[in-house]
Amino acid sequence: MSLLTSSVGRKVLMAVSGFFLLMFIVAHLAGNSTIFIGSDWLNAYAEHLHELGPFVWVFRAFMLAMLLIHILFGVILTLENWGANPGKYAVTKRLKVTFSSRTMIWTGLLLLSFIVYHLLQFTFRVTPEIVLAADEVGRFDVFTMVVSSLRIVAIAAIYIFAMVVLFLHTRHGIQSFLQTLGLSNDNLQPKYALAGKLISAVFLVGFGAIPVLIFTGILVK
Amino acid sequence: MSANSEHGTMTLKLIVWRQKGPNEPGRFETYLAKGITEHHSFLEMLDVVNQDLIKEGKEPIVFDHDCREGICGTCSQVINGLPHGGQVRTTVCQLHMRKFKDGDTIYIEPWKAKAFPVLKDLMVDRGALDKVIQAGGYTSARTGAAPDGNSILISKESADYAMDAAECIGCGACVAACPNGAAMLFTGAKVSQLAALPQGKVEAAERVNSMLNAMKECGFGNCTNHFECQAACPKGIDVKFIARLNREYLKALVF
Ligand code: HEM
Ligand code: SF4
Ligand code: FES
Repeated sequence: MSLLTSSVGRKVLMAVSGFFLLMFIVAHLAGNSTIFIGSDWLNAYAEHLHELGPFVWVFRAFMLAMLLIHILFGVILTLENWGANPGKYAVTKRLKVTFSSRTMIWTGLLLLSFIVYHLLQFTFRVTPEIVLAADEVGRFDVFTMVVSSLRIVAIAAIYIFAMVVLFLHTRHGIQSFLQTLGLSNDNLQPKYALAGKLISAVFLVGFGAIPVLIFTGILVK
Repeated sequence: MSANSEHGTMTLKLIVWRQKGPNEPGRFETYLAKGITEHHSFLEMLDVVNQDLIKEGKEPIVFDHDCREGICGTCSQVINGLPHGGQVRTTVCQLHMRKFKDGDTIYIEPWKAKAFPVLKDLMVDRGALDKVIQAGGYTSARTGAAPDGNSILISKESADYAMDAAECIGCGACVAACPNGAAMLFTGAKVSQLAALPQGKVEAAERVNSMLNAMKECGFGNCTNHFECQAACPKGIDVKFIARLNREYLKALVF
């Protein structure tokens, strides 16, 4: 199967898995945004998600598969690329390479560690500070759990840092997957690059606002 | 103002990579390029330095060159960190010393990529690019009488597109500039040029797969869409040809 072995085939797998990860992020941001409306909305949203039962698990299995494919080929491609380049020039000058494009493997691995932490915290709920309670109408109180964790300075800082890392990864990743899937040309490419920056900025501001507003005590109910 | 520049000549400090052979360790050596005028091309400047070295009984600096008019793709040097010196759409042989000032320090290094072993000093073996072309950068045609003119119609658009891709001179600057040592711009240009023309469409699917295999076997890296290659290319080959290569790959996979 040339998808698994050829250079472009592997890149296509990275691009497709990266695309689904992006779609997940868009959906996750939309879901999380209920927190800005109020605790009631967030708890109701979480309750509805859990009512989906087995579908939740099918969906989680799919996302996990995408993540594993993305990581596996991300690591393989990066190692091959390091091997193909015998070293730096005495004078290094870059015309197009960006900080974000140069650090994809590192921002990727940081995202992976954040994903593990984030799941342990709010999905498996096993981190030490976690507050588990029910709200007035007897639903699991997601809002209180999130707020009580993100009031802690170290945790708020981790979340904000992780969103900066996500910004860097998708800033290059969005234009990159469009090029990899052959959907680009000389006219579209600069537009994709701009769209990548804007969408990444929306992720940064949208997700980043949650820990910032909670930590500063602006988001209380 | 130094005495030199009054006479219209420059003295430059060159820091040049010297390496005796493929498996020898290399190192930088410093030389003075004296009596250089703004009309010297970069290679002529090196000729002057080599004359001086020969007179001193030292080994001249080995570098690749042929046409010296920007069309053969043989000249290949990384100058101050940029392949071909970084002047837009200019090969080393077409780079002129008026771009430099008296007293400048210039670093000169060979192309660096795993697929391009150094043969000597600034000369590398770019045979890997030939292997990629041999794998599929051709069309198979029966020989015989010349075909009738206009028997195969090609639109102006396709002809222009193919010509833009065909501008690649195979210099390898794209590989030298790529942080991943990838040859996707070079390969993409050839795949696109041929896929755009009716004569090349026949073998398009086999071509993209065998050229990709050859790329891998030669030790080129994988594209991560930095687009550093396009910035370094002396012929302005666009990364849209890499997108086309990716498209041709997907087409070959699906159909
Ligand atoms: C939230 C999770 C993530 C998202 C949304 C995401 C998104 C993307 C996208 C869209 C691309 C461009 C794909 C292409 O052009 O082929 C990409 C590339 C990449 N990702 Fe991720 N990724 C995520 C997590 C990770 C993780 C955990 C790793 C760890 C290994 C990683 C490593 C890489 C690498 C090495 C590249 C290749 C750089 C390139 O080709 O541009 N990513 N990612
Ligand atoms: S694509 Fe440009 S840089 Fe690469 S080999 Fe062809 S002419 Fe040289
Ligand atoms: S020597 Fe032919 S292109 Fe420079």
